[in-house]
Amino acid sequence: MKTSKKSKSISYAKWGYIFLIPFFTIYIIFSLIPLVSTFYNSFFENYMSGLKQIGPNFVGLENYKTILFDTELPKYAYNTLLIWILGFIPQIIVSMVLALWFTSVRLKLKFTGFFKTVIYMPNLIMAAAFSMLFWTLFSDIGPVNNLLVAMGYEPISFFQNINATRGLVGLMNFLMWFGNTTILLMAGVMGIDSSILEAAQIDGASSWKTFWNVTIPSIKPILVYVFLTSLIGGVQMFDVPQILTNGSGGPDRTSMTMIMYLNKHLFSKNYGLAGALSVILFLITAIISFIIYKNLTEKGPKEKIDSNKKISVKGGGK
Amino acid sequence: MSISKLNKFLCYLVLILLSILCLISFYLLIINSTRAHSEIQKGFSFNFGDFFDANLKNVLDNDQLPVLKGIRNSLFVSIGTAILATYFSVLTAFSIHTYDFKFKRLAFTFIMMIMMVPPQVSALGFIRWMGELDLMDSLIPLFLPSIASPIVFYFMLAYMQSNLPKATIEAARMDGSSEFRTFNLIVLPIMKPAIAVQAIFTFVSAWNNYFIPSLIIRSAEKKTLPILIAQLRSADYLKFDMGQVYMLIFLAIIPIIVVYIILSKYIVRGVAVGSVKE
Amino acid sequence: MKKFKKIIALTLVLIMSLSLVACGNDTNEVATPPDGSSDTSTDPTPDTIAEEGKVLNIWGWNDEFKGLYERYFEGAGKLPDGIEVKFTIVPNDDNAYQNALDEALLNQKSASDDEKIDLFLVEADYALKYVDSDYTLDIINDVGLTEEDISGQYKYTQEIVTDSKGAIKGTSWQATPGLFAYRRSIAKDVLGTDDPVEVQEALSTWDKFYDVAGNAHGKGYKMLSGYDDSYRTFSNNTSSPWIDNDGSIIIDNNIINWIEQTKEFTDKGYNNKSSLWDDQWAADQGSEGKVFGFFYSTWGINFTLLGNAVDTPLPDGVTATGDPEAFEAATTGNGVFGEYGVVEGPQNYYWGGSWLCAATESDNLDLVQEIMRTMTCDADTLTTITKDTQDFTNNIDAMEALSKDDNFASAFLGGQNHISLFAESAKGIDMSNISPYDQGLNEDMQTSFRDYFNGTVDYDTALDNFYRAAIEKYPDLKRPK
Repeated sequence: MKTSKKSKSISYAKWGYIFLIPFFTIYIIFSLIPLVSTFYNSFFENYMSGLKQIGPNFVGLENYKTILFDTELPKYAYNTLLIWILGFIPQIIVSMVLALWFTSVRLKLKFTGFFKTVIYMPNLIMAAAFSMLFWTLFSDIGPVNNLLVAMGYEPISFFQNINATRGLVGLMNFLMWFGNTTILLMAGVMGIDSSILEAAQIDGASSWKTFWNVTIPSIKPILVYVFLTSLIGGVQMFDVPQILTNGSGGPDRTSMTMIMYLNKHLFSKNYGLAGALSVILFLITAIISFIIYKNLTEKGPKEKIDSNKKISVKGGGK
Repeated sequence: MSISKLNKFLCYLVLILLSILCLISFYLLIINSTRAHSEIQKGFSFNFGDFFDANLKNVLDNDQLPVLKGIRNSLFVSIGTAILATYFSVLTAFSIHTYDFKFKRLAFTFIMMIMMVPPQVSALGFIRWMGELDLMDSLIPLFLPSIASPIVFYFMLAYMQSNLPKATIEAARMDGSSEFRTFNLIVLPIMKPAIAVQAIFTFVSAWNNYFIPSLIIRSAEKKTLPILIAQLRSADYLKFDMGQVYMLIFLAIIPIIVVYIILSKYIVRGVAVGSVKE
Repeated sequence: MKKFKKIIALTLVLIMSLSLVACGNDTNEVATPPDGSSDTSTDPTPDTIAEEGKVLNIWGWNDEFKGLYERYFEGAGKLPDGIEVKFTIVPNDDNAYQNALDEALLNQKSASDDEKIDLFLVEADYALKYVDSDYTLDIINDVGLTEEDISGQYKYTQEIVTDSKGAIKGTSWQATPGLFAYRRSIAKDVLGTDDPVEVQEALSTWDKFYDVAGNAHGKGYKMLSGYDDSYRTFSNNTSSPWIDNDGSIIIDNNIINWIEQTKEFTDKGYNNKSSLWDDQWAADQGSEGKVFGFFYSTWGINFTLLGNAVDTPLPDGVTATGDPEAFEAATTGNGVFGEYGVVEGPQNYYWGGSWLCAATESDNLDLVQEIMRTMTCDADTLTTITKDTQDFTNNIDAMEALSKDDNFASAFLGGQNHISLFAESAKGIDMSNISPYDQGLNEDMQTSFRDYFNGTVDYDTALDNFYRAAIEKYPDLKRPK
């Protein structure tokens, strides 16, 4: 039995490669080649001045030096991180709470179907349209300011205020994504074997302890996924602040995200500087992905499959 | 008893507040699609306007603005994206999940590393390269690349790891099913809930994508809805009409809500299947 | 077997990466010609026969010109049989229009005849980018218009599209002189008169303008709505272009004047801290507004200002140029309709406008010439356009004639004939200091200094942000020493 299994797994290995072919072929054609050309361009002075092409002239690491030392890249990285956190913290807390409420046997909330549908809806609007609408809400004479004035406060110029602008971008990110996260977390929570929860309750664990020691570890893969995708969305944040600030990243460039900054170089078709910036962004993101993956899953994919087998054998079959 | 009632009351209160926050932008959108440009320009009001019919007529009658073609193109691209992204991501995840081969770790690590790369990073190279492949002004670059969707892949893999026991595959092999057949007839059905979830996500993001189409699409008959909206937004002062812009956004959102409501049933059902054991 | 596959996969990646590096090297070379869509039934050898192409391609960022073209050229039966006119419209958002146009122009040589761009539209702020390149044709020597054809146009509309060697490489059907629109009731309150001549006298220099602003403030009014209301009047009257010969940015004294004036206006409460086109700015033009006046341009009066001034929006289809009875019914007593007057203001300037450029390699030059002549030089056509749309068109004689026409008194402006005012101010505009960088630099200037005006940053930071934004957009520019 054992020997035959081994020989089998060798003969099946080719299917592993075959099934990877579509992904990698498409990735190479549509993403890797442009990406490599971007990397290649980062070593050249190469941009458009009007319709005239300047370069390409090989300049070595000059573009990297410019990006790292002559620009405010750290400021934009900080903006991006801060705005992402402003949206992500309420997002994960609210989504977790909602996921528990929706799945709670004790609460037995009604109309959950309605609520589940509604909280996902902001995600359906185009980010650009969503930003336009938010802009009208919070503009100097928008409904929010009308309300403030009616309650006897001074109106606030939200978009001329650093904290307000960043906060609004965070709020919009929260609104757009918390429904999505709730659905995912719900799926995770409902997938937890109820016998484990019952066992914990019989042992006299408080609901907080059960949540912390049973629920959280059980939905860890989903949490990792949520965290990772949200971080990706954060790093790639562009549409919302772009439209909300009319591309300026104002006030004083404090809501300029890294991709907005990259976009500035795309405007001038600055293949050199945009290339160098892209490489730096690529390295940052690749390293972050890798670290998170390593730390949060602890085990590689191979071992994980085996350890999951134990859980899934029980409830996996139909 | 009263405490639990209070609890419930608080839950509903929070849920209602959140719902209002979520729905307010739709409300704004609908209001603005009923108002004339000059009304919209002067700031928001909570009252409906009288220009719904006029805005609708102007959007649909504008022969520079092929709205119906735009909807068709957007549907084509989004459905294509949703199908390709989910099917091939399950396939890729299946490969990593099921088989043992030498470059598995490498392939996996590679996908994890490229997951975060923003599409803007390679935009300049992308346009040039598409030009050389003669794929400019074509819908193909809008949906075909979704075959390689690292994030969808990662979701599928996570789902597979807790829902697809290797024993199931072994059993299929015992029955003499080929690997490809096993994948299509056994693995895909098990993955249905995950596919439904990701189908929505990918459909929505493809539907709302402006960045890539704006680089690729030129001719009127291939424009997708976000491009048409941008086109209205850059209309000249003589024609600039925010009423039409909001109307088109409103029209653009209807199909997606329909798709969402259809698929969301699947999600709820899918999630319910997973918890049948209680 | 397994090894073999591995090798294949690796070589594939390698080859692709290498081919890419190769492509990277010859970026100046044009891409392989796409010929998939060319019609097989058309003449396959256009090189030898100097025949007109079958497809005329026109590019623009919106359909404004398309509408005019269809009505006044095609509609007038001037399109020869057998030629198809194809419009390509790419919206402006995210600079998409210029990106697409650039890409197409760079590939123009290798494009098939039916895909070559023949005509394209540009705006003033970036016109020189195209005009000062080899991708546009001299409208006299290449396209074949005569000096006489264009002699009736306003001078400044030609200056904007004159390249560094003095060749005129574009032409426009519009002239878009600016003016200052004031609220008559406020003028009466502040100046004791709403007569345009006297109001103009009171606002004829910036010093007088400033005094009036102080008086208006004393009576509870704002002189202007926002920070950049007056920007164009300053930026159009600079003493030098934005950049000097070696690519350093020059901040002209008149731009400094704008910064100082706007800062002072803001600090003293003479403006309402809005920005152009935002809702505060629009609302300030309505009946609730307390703003003395607005800098506006030809096109803004009957569309934007009128729309903002009325309380109840005009029904769909009712315009100043449409059915006069319906227009009167819809506007009488509506908001502050009839409450505005227009004057030249402290300085002449222009705002807006679109130009037609002929693309190098065009295979339809005769038709291009004909379109340019009809749409931008022909006094009859231009008079008709003005009569139909009240848009101010680019023909001095035609506009002078209309300015004496009493039928052109505008009810919205309390009976003033704004055409006569425009006709006067358009002649005084001097755009010889335009540069290819105006669009980006003007935008960046307004955006960066908004933070200074509202007190978020100090002057030096705003200036630093301006230079940063400018050099991001135009890597070939430098900060001044």
